[in-house]
Amino acid sequence: MNVEIINRVLPGIGVCQEVELQSGHRLGIVTRRNGLREIVVYDDDGDGAAMTLALTDDEANALAEVLGAPKLILRLAELQQQADGLVTEQLHLPAGSPYASRPLGDTQARTRTGASIVAILRQGSAFASPTPDFVLRAGDLVVTVGTREGVDQVGHILAGAVGTGAPPGTG
Amino acid sequence: MYLASGAGGDQSVATLLIEIGAILLALGMLGQLARLLHIPVIPLYLVAGLFFGHGGIIEFSASEDFLNISADIGVILLLVMLGLEYSADELKASLRTQAPMGLLDGLGNALPGAAVALIAGWGALAAVALAGITWVSSSGVIAKMLGDSGRLGNREVPAILGVLVLEDLMMALYLPLLTALLAAGGASTVVITVAVAVGAVAIILVIATRYGRFVTALVSAHDKESLLLGVLGLTLLVAGLADELKVSAAVGAFLVGIALSGTVAETATELLAPLRDVFAAAFFVTFGLSTDPGTLLPMLPLALLLAALTSGTKIGTGYVAARRDGVKRRGRWRAGVALIPRGEFSVIIATLAVAGGVTDKLAPLTACYVLLTIALAGALQKLPDRIPVSPPVSPPRSEPPSPASV
Repeated sequence: MNVEIINRVLPGIGVCQEVELQSGHRLGIVTRRNGLREIVVYDDDGDGAAMTLALTDDEANALAEVLGAPKLILRLAELQQQADGLVTEQLHLPAGSPYASRPLGDTQARTRTGASIVAILRQGSAFASPTPDFVLRAGDLVVTVGTREGVDQVGHILAGAVGTGAPPGTG
Repeated sequence: MYLASGAGGDQSVATLLIEIGAILLALGMLGQLARLLHIPVIPLYLVAGLFFGHGGIIEFSASEDFLNISADIGVILLLVMLGLEYSADELKASLRTQAPMGLLDGLGNALPGAAVALIAGWGALAAVALAGITWVSSSGVIAKMLGDSGRLGNREVPAILGVLVLEDLMMALYLPLLTALLAAGGASTVVITVAVAVGAVAIILVIATRYGRFVTALVSAHDKESLLLGVLGLTLLVAGLADELKVSAAVGAFLVGIALSGTVAETATELLAPLRDVFAAAFFVTFGLSTDPGTLLPMLPLALLLAALTSGTKIGTGYVAARRDGVKRRGRWRAGVALIPRGEFSVIIATLAVAGGVTDKLAPLTACYVLLTIALAGALQKLPDRIPVSPPVSPPRSEPPSPASV
């Protein structure tokens, strides 16, 4: 499908390129020698501008990228949307938590909430991807990723506000 | 202060600096005002010049020599930049496709000026000068007006610019002719002087278009400083030589601009633009300064007549030029109105003519005339859009029905 572009040289100024769209509207792009671009929407008469929008070089390039890569843009938007539903939070493990000094696995956080504990921050150092036998301590920051509800639930579990997942150990 | 004038000149140096500083500061503020009002700045510079200087509110004395030299350099920079804007190919293409338009434009707009000068009894030389003054539209003012009103994408614009390119090119022949006529004392020397002038222009034009790359190589440099100095030096040198040959310095500068090409031309445009802004402003102000505002009023009726007459002929020129490009009625009128403003060339011609001994009434007349044409174009520019739309080539499609609301 060929789109016809009419080029009009503007001596001393730059060039104007005009495209007729399938809708019957016509669009012009003026490129000045200094890099300024203008988008022109033509009036009913067809010869004159009904509206002209001036773009800086940066704006025009950003717009060109958006217009030039529709598949990529859609995929990015999906990813963005998926990422939008996720939250990451650092949950504080209070001193009175039932899980202080107990292995991470005891919380059964992922099974019960769907949220994942991806790291533990302790005294300025980070323990990434902790295993279920990692022993939590009061004062730890538990980095949790999941849906809003999932993360909130993990917070309640750590605070001991809901029933413990496993019978408390003897220690 | 270590300026060349030495100890005795301290007072005058101080006065000079104060005057020039005050003028430039005032012009800067005028520029902002023009931006605010969406009008071209050239008429404001002219008006500012008229208000001050001879017969105006304040007389500037110390800076007069400096301003006069600045004005000369301003003309040269205006013209070299104009030359830089066009490539030799663009000029050739315009000449090929627009030649009949150029002829119509020249005859239609130069003859009324010449006729008015003859009827006023100012003589043949004044007729040649006034013909030029009414002939050439201002590419500076027009490009500015088109850009500011967002009309660069309009279909009639190539026709407008085509006329302007051709006029600028014709100036490369007209200005030497005028300079030669002004310089020639008796009728017998006219032929020789004109022949030398036209010959010189032809030679420079051939060098510019054929061997432009050698000229470009001459000033090509890797650092911007050398390039700026090289281009400026070459321009002033050729302008000076052209002036020596009675070809007019402006034309020499214009041809240097055409000869330069490629990245050198682009960089030179970028580097010279600020210099051009300063010195061109000085040029317009100086023209205003040297014109006694008291002489404006007596010239107003004649300027009005001339403006009315040659605005009409310019509208006709633009109308026909746009029609040749297949533009419909509204666009044709827009092209006509757009071409009305006269500016830098008219002022340059008037300056040359008055300096060459033609009646000094030309200066106030031109000042009035330029201001009137710019004002008229500004006042008329929105009118063509009220003309009813011409019947479309294909029936307009109806808007697709809006999707049902969710």
